[in-house]
Amino acid sequence: MPGLFLIVLLLLAALPVYRPGYKVILVSSILMYVILTVSWVIFSGTTGYLSLAPAAFFGVGMYTAAVLGMALPLPVVVVLGGLASSCLAFLVGAVTLRLRGIYFAIFTFGLVEFIKNLLLWWEIERTGTRGRFVVLVDNNTIYYVMLAILVMTVLTAYFIRRSRYGLALQSIGEDEEAAVHAGINVTALKIVTFAISAVFMGAAGAIWATQLTYIDPYIAFNLNYSFMPVLMAIFGGIGQPYGPILGAAVVAYLREILITEFPYQYMLLLGIILLVAILFLPNGLVGLVERARRRAFGGQRANT
Amino acid sequence: MPILEGEGVTKHFGGLAAVSSVDFKVDEGEVVGLIGPNGAGKTTLFNLISGALAPQEGTIRLNGQDITGSSPHKICRMGLARTFQSVKVFPNIPVPANVMLGSLFGTPNRVSSADAAGETAELLEFVGLTAVGATPAKDLTLANQKRVEVARALATKPELLLLDELMAGLNHTEIAEALELVARIRERGISILMIEHIMKAIMSACDRIMVLHHGEKIAEGTPQEIAASKKVIEVYLGE
Repeated sequence: MPGLFLIVLLLLAALPVYRPGYKVILVSSILMYVILTVSWVIFSGTTGYLSLAPAAFFGVGMYTAAVLGMALPLPVVVVLGGLASSCLAFLVGAVTLRLRGIYFAIFTFGLVEFIKNLLLWWEIERTGTRGRFVVLVDNNTIYYVMLAILVMTVLTAYFIRRSRYGLALQSIGEDEEAAVHAGINVTALKIVTFAISAVFMGAAGAIWATQLTYIDPYIAFNLNYSFMPVLMAIFGGIGQPYGPILGAAVVAYLREILITEFPYQYMLLLGIILLVAILFLPNGLVGLVERARRRAFGGQRANT
Repeated sequence: MPILEGEGVTKHFGGLAAVSSVDFKVDEGEVVGLIGPNGAGKTTLFNLISGALAPQEGTIRLNGQDITGSSPHKICRMGLARTFQSVKVFPNIPVPANVMLGSLFGTPNRVSSADAAGETAELLEFVGLTAVGATPAKDLTLANQKRVEVARALATKPELLLLDELMAGLNHTEIAEALELVARIRERGISILMIEHIMKAIMSACDRIMVLHHGEKIAEGTPQEIAASKKVIEVYLGE
């Protein structure tokens, strides 16, 4: 699997050379969704705490770029976007991660709306305008920054999953009471992991904003950025590490195709595809891949 | 010095006094039984000791240190482990990793993965689970899941182990094996506080027995004294 990842990475790195223009923008947006989905899975996929906060962290990253983009070099802006989101996640986590189950989901959902409306009020009261312009960056730079964030996201997810903390996060998802009685500081672990996952969302938001060139609170704190990672992770399947990557890439590509081909029916079509997938592929695309693999290699893996 | 000591421990749920002003202690190396009819407050008392709940009144000390209201992971790292009445294994995690979590997180010092794996192998042998391999814990029988729980608790290197109905739901052979396991845990120098409904088991395993009824301690003594106590017989059989 790491070998395959490396090959895909090399192909992606070469893309702007042999396919400049629209393809680069398209793949940038796919990479952005992969980052959101993989970082969502780092926390929610393991602990089972359904976070609908990605839009909040993504939006904070966007606004970091809008406010600081003219004054600071791009890499600094991207890092600051990630750190700002991470600080927000830390605070929100410290306050809410004692809530379990649906209460946490509802709170994170409310957080996005809250920040959106607070910001809207602030902008109109203080600056008199609703939106902001973001510094212009060329498409290839956006693409490579996005790719770098993606690599860091995937590596972080991989190392957490392999570490003792990955096991502890999984145990929280399976039985939090047993986990805390086995000596795991569940509150601290949840808060720190939530904050780590937000770094990548914020960084992705900061670079994504430069492509939009203009943002306002409705654009930056759009709840679709919260729902998409959840759908993409489920579509891809959370059972295997590559599931969310695959799910995000396929759905983001489909979304892009549907928007250009059927601009008026795209939401409907995307909804139907996801509905069918969830009904017939309970384990996501991963389930399909694993089934095919088992068939190809006979009964070798039947007992694992 | 007692390992565990409680004074005037009280917990109300609304108007219900689940545990009211209970004093208790467990001495080093002792096996103490906690019995009482359903709803007597036994599991609530366990939850208060392990930190799952905080008492409204009273103090609890572990090795002389006040642990009243501390969080469960801290109490665990200080040397107190427990099992649950409704068995709580991590269902989709393989059995060895279930146990290893206790080694990795349940002690005050950082344990290397290699040491944790070694301890896990030793404990799986100790509780008799070497044969199950890397099966997810949910695929084991109830008796074996309870062994996983005990092994995970032991992996945190406790000085005191709280066993909440280890033998409930087991058949005769399994009960005999569980009793033998309790005796071997004791040989490791670990003190035990156990809730049990199976009288024959508790009479043979314990040095001392405490009886709870409606949240109050109504009797305490050796198994013989408890078996002969008029008050205890009244509580169990009615007057």
